[in-house]
Amino acid sequence: MSNFSVGFRSSGHIQILDLKGELDAHTASELEAAIQKCQRDNLVHILINGSNLMYISSAGLGVFMAYIEEVREAGGDIKIAALQPKVFNVFDLLGFPMLFDIVDSEVDALGKFEPSNA
Amino acid sequence: MTIPSSTRFLEEVREFVTTHAVQAGFNEMTVEQMKMAVDEACTNVIEHSYRGQSGQPIDISIHVDPEKLVVVIRDKGTEFDRKTYVEPDLVQFAKSKKSGGFGVHIMHKLMDAVEYRHHGGFNECLMTKMRA
Repeated sequence: MSNFSVGFRSSGHIQILDLKGELDAHTASELEAAIQKCQRDNLVHILINGSNLMYISSAGLGVFMAYIEEVREAGGDIKIAALQPKVFNVFDLLGFPMLFDIVDSEVDALGKFEPSNA
Repeated sequence: MTIPSSTRFLEEVREFVTTHAVQAGFNEMTVEQMKMAVDEACTNVIEHSYRGQSGQPIDISIHVDPEKLVVVIRDKGTEFDRKTYVEPDLVQFAKSKKSGGFGVHIMHKLMDAVEYRHHGGFNECLMTKMRA
């Protein structure tokens, strides 16, 4: 049984993904499916809320890397918020802050997205 | 412990490492680092050494002494070839839409020593964490 789940919420044109549990090579496909669903629904302003993410391995980080360029080419972004310190350390270890907007809170992340033209 | 080569057992491996590293007196941050390094090593065995084939054995043993903790991961798959391993570059990886290849990099960053051996038909990966 998987101990990882993705919850979907939205705030205006921004799709929020609430990650819960442990993200490893077994559960990374669930995050991948969630991001693919966003793309299918033309939701490219994606905010990852990591407040309940307890663990991430390189397989999980790899999902973010695999989709960030596509999402940006479509005019959107993946922003990451509210990571637990031990999880942030892993992102930091691989230099993710250089490539991704990683901020302390969901509110900060929401403020960093462009306003909707709709 | 021995697990079959499937990613669904990674969680059990992490629990195994956590239990023994905590018992050995390592602090929480160091336990997290060891847990992740062993997860990455086992993931590499499943995906590369056994090429995704499930049901093959992976042995994980933990050896503790007053100076260090050593995790030994053994498998019977294809030997890891260090010569073909290239350190990944994050920006290039994102541009090329690749998603893997960071496991070995992480193992080396998190542990004090990572060593590979091949003998008796087994591949062994030895990962050492010194006590502070």
